[in-house]
Amino acid sequence: MPTLSLNQVTIRYDGEPRPAIGSTSLTLDTGDFVVLTGRSGCGKTSLLNVAAGFITPSSGTAGIDGRSITTPGADRAVVFQNDALFPWLSARDNVSFALRMRGVPKAERDRRADELLERVRLPKAGGKAVWELSGGMRQRVGLARALAADPDFLLMDEPLGALDALTRERMQTLLLDIWAGANVGVLMVTHGIEEALLLGTRVAVMAPDPGRIVRVIETGFGRRYVAGEPVRSIKADKDFIAGRAELADAIFDGEPA
Amino acid sequence: MSALFRPMARPDLERLAPFDTELSDHDRPDALSVPWSRPAPEPTRSKRWSARWISVATIIVVLAAWALTAALGIVSPVFLPSPAAVAAKFVSVATEGFVDSTLLEHLGVSLARVFAALIASLIVGVPVGIAIGMSTVGRGIFDPLLEFLRPIPPLAYLPLIIIWFGIGEPSKVLVIAIAMLAPIALSTAAGVKGVNRERINAARSLGATRRQVLAHVVLPSALPSILTGLRIALGAGWTTLVAAELIAATQGLGFMIQSAAQFLVTDVVIMGIFVIAGVAFLLEFVIRRIEAVLVPWAGRD
Repeated sequence: MPTLSLNQVTIRYDGEPRPAIGSTSLTLDTGDFVVLTGRSGCGKTSLLNVAAGFITPSSGTAGIDGRSITTPGADRAVVFQNDALFPWLSARDNVSFALRMRGVPKAERDRRADELLERVRLPKAGGKAVWELSGGMRQRVGLARALAADPDFLLMDEPLGALDALTRERMQTLLLDIWAGANVGVLMVTHGIEEALLLGTRVAVMAPDPGRIVRVIETGFGRRYVAGEPVRSIKADKDFIAGRAELADAIFDGEPA
Repeated sequence: MSALFRPMARPDLERLAPFDTELSDHDRPDALSVPWSRPAPEPTRSKRWSARWISVATIIVVLAAWALTAALGIVSPVFLPSPAAVAAKFVSVATEGFVDSTLLEHLGVSLARVFAALIASLIVGVPVGIAIGMSTVGRGIFDPLLEFLRPIPPLAYLPLIIIWFGIGEPSKVLVIAIAMLAPIALSTAAGVKGVNRERINAARSLGATRRQVLAHVVLPSALPSILTGLRIALGAGWTTLVAAELIAATQGLGFMIQSAAQFLVTDVVIMGIFVIAGVAFLLEFVIRRIEAVLVPWAGRD
């Protein structure tokens, strides 16, 4: 089981007096669902981009089982906030993109894509053009596309950030179902306090100036959902309500609410 | 979302403009954002129609003025033949021909030149555009060359091409191709530069190699822009046609007009101009259809 680890990662931009990320470490195992949260500008996305291999840290290391991460790769598939789907491809061809890059024959990758579309509850969308899909549907295609790469890690940058509140709630349980059914470690960035608490096995709270992890909270609410407890009952639990307050305190620490 | 917040961001508007006060279009909040706002004005369908009718009327008036001028003999038919004479000439050149070729043959030769030039400039222009769009070295090399070439009217480099390549068919195609090169290369470069960074990242995180990113993300992303360049290039090429056919041509629309002009066969000259305009209009239409089929996503994301 591979482990992704960020070690003392620092990101400095030219002309900025303080680093965007200051000496931050994080490990992610298969089966983990780590949520990065915190105020805007605290470097959540930058940290995720380091794990994805989109940016190289100024100092510190990012690696998987000792092999350092230098480029993006299909072992770390990414889901983007603005889906980043390819509009010239149908939903099915978007999903099977990673397989096509590996030279998998068309019949096989179509079969696999349809399977994945079913798993994200879009069984009939395969032939649709991207622009015919709603925001929530596009995000699910993006998720299926990432899963098709059969990654060890799933990196999600505010995947639900652009969705309306109701769609968002349904997507949260979908993410948990997918996570429970796939053998992946998830790293997800979100602004949503409830979302972080509900989904994560671990919530890492970041603070800006310089961007760093200031608090790590272990949670088990996602596992309770996977075990069969309804979301409504989890969210009504006093532990959940207390956790929400604790998390909000950690996020807004030192700032008048 | 932003529309939702607009009225809140402009409290002055709410205070100063009670429900039934006329707002200018600029100030009118979106119908969706404010419950008390008036329904949006009717779509301007009727207006568009009336603009079209005005255009039709304009054409009729111009044709009528032309016919009247010719009929009253205000201008000699040598200079201004009547519309009927031009139409008759269209039929006779189409069936019997002019200077040894029928209208269709002239048209075919001209179209062949323009399309040969188009293919040549695509073969050169698209890779050049990709090089400009993707690499600093490419931009450094090709940008000044294109910027030098772009503003020169084809008639200016025509004599040099004749000196270098003679008066054969290649020279004619080359003149047109040079005129087409800059629009194709520059639109390709713009399309490549405008590729959504996240899509490239997405492809790479799905295991695409750099070459695969180019083939499967950069080129399709740039395709709408390349097609726009192609449309502009065809326009430029078509307008260069007459110049290119100045060189010892024996066929072609430009040649037909020029030889007619030498013998003061003004009706053929005017007819030729109309044919060139009509074909340009048709080409534009065809390419827009191709765009709709090939890049239906353009402008939707």
